[in-house]
Amino acid sequence: MNTLAMVPSWAALVIGLLMFAGALLACIGSAGLLRLATFYRRVHAPTLGTTLGMYLMLAGTIVFFWAGEGRPALHVILIGVCVSITTPISLMLLVRAALERDRREGTAGVPATDPSVTEADEIESNR
Amino acid sequence: MTSSLATAAVLAAQFLLLLGMGMAIVRMVRGPRAQDRVLALDALYIDGMLLLFTIGIRTGSILYVEAGLIIALLGFASTAAFAKFLLRGEVIE
Repeated sequence: MNTLAMVPSWAALVIGLLMFAGALLACIGSAGLLRLATFYRRVHAPTLGTTLGMYLMLAGTIVFFWAGEGRPALHVILIGVCVSITTPISLMLLVRAALERDRREGTAGVPATDPSVTEADEIESNR
Repeated sequence: MTSSLATAAVLAAQFLLLLGMGMAIVRMVRGPRAQDRVLALDALYIDGMLLLFTIGIRTGSILYVEAGLIIALLGFASTAAFAKFLLRGEVIE
């Protein structure tokens, strides 16, 4: 079943282009996850797919359902909003957990204390 | 002609996403530490969600896209719970 034959040809071309570009970005992000050297570098790579890659594929999906059914599937945007909000939160939680684990085990190259906590704060808290 | 080209592009997108999921699974198996595996799971469910969009386009059904929304929300919950577990050793204190 070729559903892309049901939409106008310009729309099919735009959909194909958007989907391919988004999937390529997600694939590059996964390749970075596989190839980069340390955990703190690897965290950055998959966000390529969760930001621009996902936006492009959502745009392709919206164009498909708009051209095919005549009404824009705007609740697709909800996915974009959800993932844009939740990805930074979950990755920051994960990196803080990894930092805590590395500090506990005394791994080299990890900052010893939280840089946002200044010396005056520590004196204040020890008082 | 254009529609078959576009279908080929969507097929290529599915192949690329499967490749990305495969690379995330390799990272999950290889480790080396727990946080790497959790990060690989995060990348895996995002790629799976994007794959559901391409399936939705190929079948012409919006239901797959809504399944993608559920994957996104549950995936966030699982990653946050794993991060909490790595930090404290338990999920609910």
